[in-house]
Order: sequence, then structure tokens, then C-alpha cells
Amino acid sequence: MTTQTIAGEAVEVDEEGFLLDSGQWTRAIGEEIARENGIPELSDRHWQVVDFKRDRYLTEGVAPSIRTLGKASGVPVKELYALFPKGPAKLAAKVGGIPKPRGCI
Amino acid sequence: MATPDTIEKVSIIISKGSLEGVYPGLIMANGARMEGIEANVFFTFFGMDAIHRERHEHVKVASVGNPGLHLATWLGGVPGMSSIVTHQMAKKMEELDIPPIPEFVELIADSGGRLFACKASVDMFDLTKDDFIDQVEDIITVGEFYGLAAGGQIIFT
Repeated sequence: MTTQTIAGEAVEVDEEGFLLDSGQWTRAIGEEIARENGIPELSDRHWQVVDFKRDRYLTEGVAPSIRTLGKASGVPVKELYALFPKGPAKLAAKVGGIPKPRGCI
Repeated sequence: MATPDTIEKVSIIISKGSLEGVYPGLIMANGARMEGIEANVFFTFFGMDAIHRERHEHVKVASVGNPGLHLATWLGGVPGMSSIVTHQMAKKMEELDIPPIPEFVELIADSGGRLFACKASVDMFDLTKDDFIDQVEDIITVGEFYGLAAGGQIIFT
């Protein structure tokens, strides 16, 4: 665990840069994490995925899988991978300031 | 040349036609895409049932000759036992958000995983490309498979 300054805020992150306390997250932090991970600008469609992922995590305690993202976020799987080529389930969690998902599916 | 510390590409061979023979390869392929790793899946021998239009919904757990099930051999051979065991496993998988095989294969294809059938097996079982689901990109030879796999890791299941 280290403290890192993202978008001017000091936040706790794990070794891969996932926020450890989702309460420290702001949208500006999300934007900066996205830029650092190869997404220069977050479109409305990116935000739709990130918000869905974060809301589900905050309400249910579990981050939705790629299967659930594809079915329920309103963004189909093909587009998810176009938006987040390096892995939508993982990157949307990182941008959304929630812990790294640990599921195999 | 330094050894890279990340995997950039995997090519997964699925050769078995039982439920427990098919899932590991699918999970590996989907897991690769989730990490942004390029994935090719090559279906050969009975593994081709997982991409066969008529058969992919009917892939079952082997209830005979499967010591891992801890069922008496005679009981495993009772008619319908394979379906019962498969049904139980499918129920558990759904609880864990693991998709059924047809949906899982489609998910992998939509995720950018590329699906191929093995030419030798296709010829042996008298199949054509029409027997496979639309997501199957091509029927390829072993040589072509190695060409696709070049520079990455090969996983045989």
C-alpha cells in the first residue's frame, strides 16, 4: 500500500494503482487514471461503464463481471473492448476507484 | 533478447468434448482477454462440440470413468446420470456467474478472442464450416495454427 497523488488528491493505492478506499475517489481522479492507462479522454460511453461498475460495487459489494457488464451496463461486450482494449472489467474498476476485481470470469 | 515479463498472446487448444474438458480452455481464453492478452482458441477432436451448432448446448459432464466425481462406476453408468450431474454443475456455475458454453463462446468471440476449428478433425468427422457457429473464423491446419500462435504461449487442454 502506498500513498499517491492523483489529480491533486493524496489517495491510498495498491501496487497496481487501484484505489483502496473507494470513498477517496473523484471523477477527476478517474480521468487521470484513464489517461495513465492509455485512454486520453473518457467519453460518455466510457463513463456509462465506469459508473455502472462503481455503482454496482458500492451497492452490492462485488464488482460486476464482464458478462454482467455486457448484459446490464447498456454497452455490449464488443464495444466494451473497443472502449477499454486492455480489459474493460479491470480498467473500469481502476478508473472508477474500486478495488481490483478478483474473479476468474 | 530479454524475456518479457508479461504474456502478450495465448493460443489455447481445446481437445476434449466433456463439460469439464471444455470449460478450462474457455476460462483461460476469456481470462486472457480480460487482461488484454490476445487469445486464439483452436478446437480439435471432440472439443469441436463446443462450437458445433447442434451440439454446443448439450456438452455434458462425463459421469463414467471420471474418478473426480467420486461416484461408484455402476452408478455413473445409470441412464440419465450424466445429465443429472451436468444439470447440478450448470446450476452451480450460474450462481458463480459462469456462462453456459454457447454464451461463453460468444462472449470470448465478442471480446476479440479468435475461434478456429482443426482441419484434420473436421475432415475426420465429415464436418463443414456450416456445422459450426458463426463466430468460428476458419478451419485451419496445424501449420496455420502454429503460424497464429507464433510469438505467444500455447496451452493444450
